[in-house]
Amino acid sequence: MLILRALRLVLLALPFLLLPSNAIRAQDAATDISAAIQAMGEANLRELEQIVADLAATGSDTVVPVLTALGDGNLYLEETSGAVLIERGSAYLDPLSGEPVELGADADLSKIRVNNGLRRDIAAALAGMTLMSDNPARRLTAAQGFMANPDPANIPLLDEAIAAETDANVLAAMQAARAVTILGDEEQSVADRQAAVPLVASGGGRNALTVLNAALIDAPEELASTIQSAIAGLEQERAIWSALQNVWFGLSLGSVLLLAAIGLAITFGVMGVINMAHGEMVMLGAYTTFIVQLVIRQNFPGLLDYSLLIALPCAFLVTGAIGVGIERGIIRWLYGRPLETLLATWGLSLILQQTVRSIFGPTNQMVIAPTWMSGSTEFFGLSITYGRFWIVIFALIVFFMLLLILNRTPLGLQMRAVTQNRRMASAMGIRTPFVDAMTFGLGSGIAGLAGVALTQIDNISPNLGQNYIIDSFMVVVFGGVGNLWGTLVGAITLGVANKFLEPYAGAVLGKILILVLIILFIQRRPRGLFALKGRAVEQ
Amino acid sequence: MKNFSAKSALLAAALAGSVSLSAVPVMAQDDTIKVGILHSLSGTMAISETTLKDTMLFLIEQQNAKGGVMGKMLEPVVVDIASDWPLAAELARQLIEVDEVDAVFGCWTSVCRKSVLPVFEELNSLLFYPVQYEGEESQRNVFYTGASPNQQAIPAVDYLMNEEGVERWVLAGTDYVYPQTTNKILEQYLLDKGVAAEDIMINYTPFGHSDWQTIVSDIVAFGSEGKKTAVVSTINGDANVPFYRELGNQGVAAEDIPVVAFSVGEEELSGFDTTPLVGHLAAWNYFMSVDTPENEQFIADWQAFIGSEDRVTNDPMEAHMIGFNLWVKAVEAAGTTDADAVIDAIVGLETPNLTGGMATMLPNHHITKPVLIGEIQDDGQFFVVWETEDLVPGDAWSDFLPESAMLEADWTAPINCGNYNTETESCGSAM
Repeated sequence: MLILRALRLVLLALPFLLLPSNAIRAQDAATDISAAIQAMGEANLRELEQIVADLAATGSDTVVPVLTALGDGNLYLEETSGAVLIERGSAYLDPLSGEPVELGADADLSKIRVNNGLRRDIAAALAGMTLMSDNPARRLTAAQGFMANPDPANIPLLDEAIAAETDANVLAAMQAARAVTILGDEEQSVADRQAAVPLVASGGGRNALTVLNAALIDAPEELASTIQSAIAGLEQERAIWSALQNVWFGLSLGSVLLLAAIGLAITFGVMGVINMAHGEMVMLGAYTTFIVQLVIRQNFPGLLDYSLLIALPCAFLVTGAIGVGIERGIIRWLYGRPLETLLATWGLSLILQQTVRSIFGPTNQMVIAPTWMSGSTEFFGLSITYGRFWIVIFALIVFFMLLLILNRTPLGLQMRAVTQNRRMASAMGIRTPFVDAMTFGLGSGIAGLAGVALTQIDNISPNLGQNYIIDSFMVVVFGGVGNLWGTLVGAITLGVANKFLEPYAGAVLGKILILVLIILFIQRRPRGLFALKGRAVEQ
Repeated sequence: MKNFSAKSALLAAALAGSVSLSAVPVMAQDDTIKVGILHSLSGTMAISETTLKDTMLFLIEQQNAKGGVMGKMLEPVVVDIASDWPLAAELARQLIEVDEVDAVFGCWTSVCRKSVLPVFEELNSLLFYPVQYEGEESQRNVFYTGASPNQQAIPAVDYLMNEEGVERWVLAGTDYVYPQTTNKILEQYLLDKGVAAEDIMINYTPFGHSDWQTIVSDIVAFGSEGKKTAVVSTINGDANVPFYRELGNQGVAAEDIPVVAFSVGEEELSGFDTTPLVGHLAAWNYFMSVDTPENEQFIADWQAFIGSEDRVTNDPMEAHMIGFNLWVKAVEAAGTTDADAVIDAIVGLETPNLTGGMATMLPNHHITKPVLIGEIQDDGQFFVVWETEDLVPGDAWSDFLPESAMLEADWTAPINCGNYNTETESCGSAM
């Protein structure tokens, strides 16, 4: 379908593309282009398709900005005057001259909208027009455009461009595009098509597989065997990478689990408080991020890219303070009564959820991903999304910071002393109530930090925390209560195990299997992976 | 002292639970008609259903401003089912027996509808259900004002097949009754259309699934077999945001692998930045961007009522509006709010929808609707790229499943049943 569409387009454009431009009388062409652009304003999708084809057929450089703007959704109709304008930043430009246009006070702008089919047509048309551009970056985009929409009619054009090309990168892209086109063209000789196979396969990755599989569908026998062996080679390579990819997915899921659980490892693991409101601390951290970003967007738009970094200390302080409040207000009255603590914190979690729902409304809130966290990169055969990558790094930083606080600071020493033997610590002059409040505050603050990270992968809604509370308990219990290293190993193990089960068992069954495995494991080792030893255990 | 505080903490916890259970007390007056509103205002479904509660209050206020119904004011009775389905059945009973409401507007999920069905049947009251659902049901006391599969899923698949040339299909859904049944119908429909079984991939995920890395990369792998691939998504609620995020991050562009969603509307999109999603699709019977005078008026009135220009409108809101107007007309036609009289009077009544057509209540208690396909825009709205020429009548029993193809629902005399078997010419054989 796609190929047909592009074919039709280029067939229309072909006579014009091949003719020297002075063959068309320049005057008439300019009027036609201007009229066609004006007609875009009121056109429906079918008419728009025709106009794009007509504009592409002129082959004129002047239509490139208009088509680009149309494809990117930057082309507007000014309803009162009927003028079609290109939006750039806050200015509106005339589509042909590129001069800014002063808008009247009664200007009523509406976007000229396109659908997927049109976007494809535009990309194909632009590729044809910019392949001979002076700018290497544009030539590269054009070559990639040809690769995405291969069309036999482009081969002469590509040959011409390849002969003239000086930039090595662009040349490679053009040759790849040419190979893809030849392979897909049934008119070409089998030998030519066979010769194109290694070049296509050398591109590697999913795209090469897509192209080869498409060519295989009705390839003659000789060609089919060449393609099949190329596919087999690629598949083998992919099998290795996909195992590694699964490890990466597991690591990234594990780091999310680690972030969610690590605060609980303090409040539940170290202090022994069954804190059902832990998830809500995560949720509050996420809402703090939302508020921070809102303030930044309204007052300091330049800092938007750093809003997550600014939100980190804010979220830590807000949730930490709330944590101290909870400890002083509720939990300190309930030490040593786990069932009542469980009920009280569960009730608290409901109160917090409903409070947030009443203040912010039940719908999701939006936190925009900073540019350095959007998109993905190819690392050899692995596709790594930046957002996940930073979350893995962040989880590890938080983990080691926490380890440092517990093992290397006076507060950490006091925390460990109080949790191991409260009365003895008290006798040694440690203010146990203060340490309790600080410990709980630290655990809650870390949950808040997790909330900041989770804004990048989950909904910011009052229910955010509920999705993580079960997983968090699972990680802490599996890793071994009271041991931070256990939490780290537990989270990563569960993440990787989950991701290796998922392709075979599916997401639903995978989750069930993990739960069953954990139950069996706890039966064998009730104290988890890294059991605490010594007198602390006896209490 | 210590004990006392512990008790008060527990009390607080207990309170949090019970606040959501109790009905909002409303002053009772003798000369009013009571309307029950049965939606989740807390819990997972609050995200979608709170707006519908507000919509009902808005519609009732508008109707009262016009003088009410038969000279009586309407009085809303709001209960919170807290995303708890057994509770929904209890509260439905309370609405009908204790508050004595004459009609109930409510539920979002199919499991909620299935839970309250027996109550409405037993107590012979009326339920207007405003959400698109899986079909395979028709009950005398329920009016389905949302889309059945032939008013949403089937046309969307037709669009992808004919306009986008899709040959390979990923049916991805949340693991519960609506996606399972819809995908069963779609799978059969695709197979009937000549799609090979290996060109269909079905995938289910738990509620609130947030780690989509594996599934999205599976979809990309499935799409690299050389045939045009599309994803038909019945993923519900909260899981959508992480799903679309992962699609954006892994660079799945709508031009390559379009995703058509049945549960993602304006309300769900208001939660995130839609720039990476431009071009992905949704199928509904109404979009906020539809350009008709009725819609413009509705949006203006709604935003004035709720006091915010940022609030969006969506398909289930339109469904509630249609259901409410049909009920008002039926009560006025029957001259009473008695359930039996209203059930008889409502079939065949029509009321304008917001897309410029008329919604007619059919004998199977479904309504006629246009089907629209919209592409997501960067402002969180949809741009209608395709719509059916005529209104599509809702079909209770799918024609594409062998076990229900011969069933029809008709709640008018002489058939008067929800599962009439056209082969054996009798009722209830399948059930």
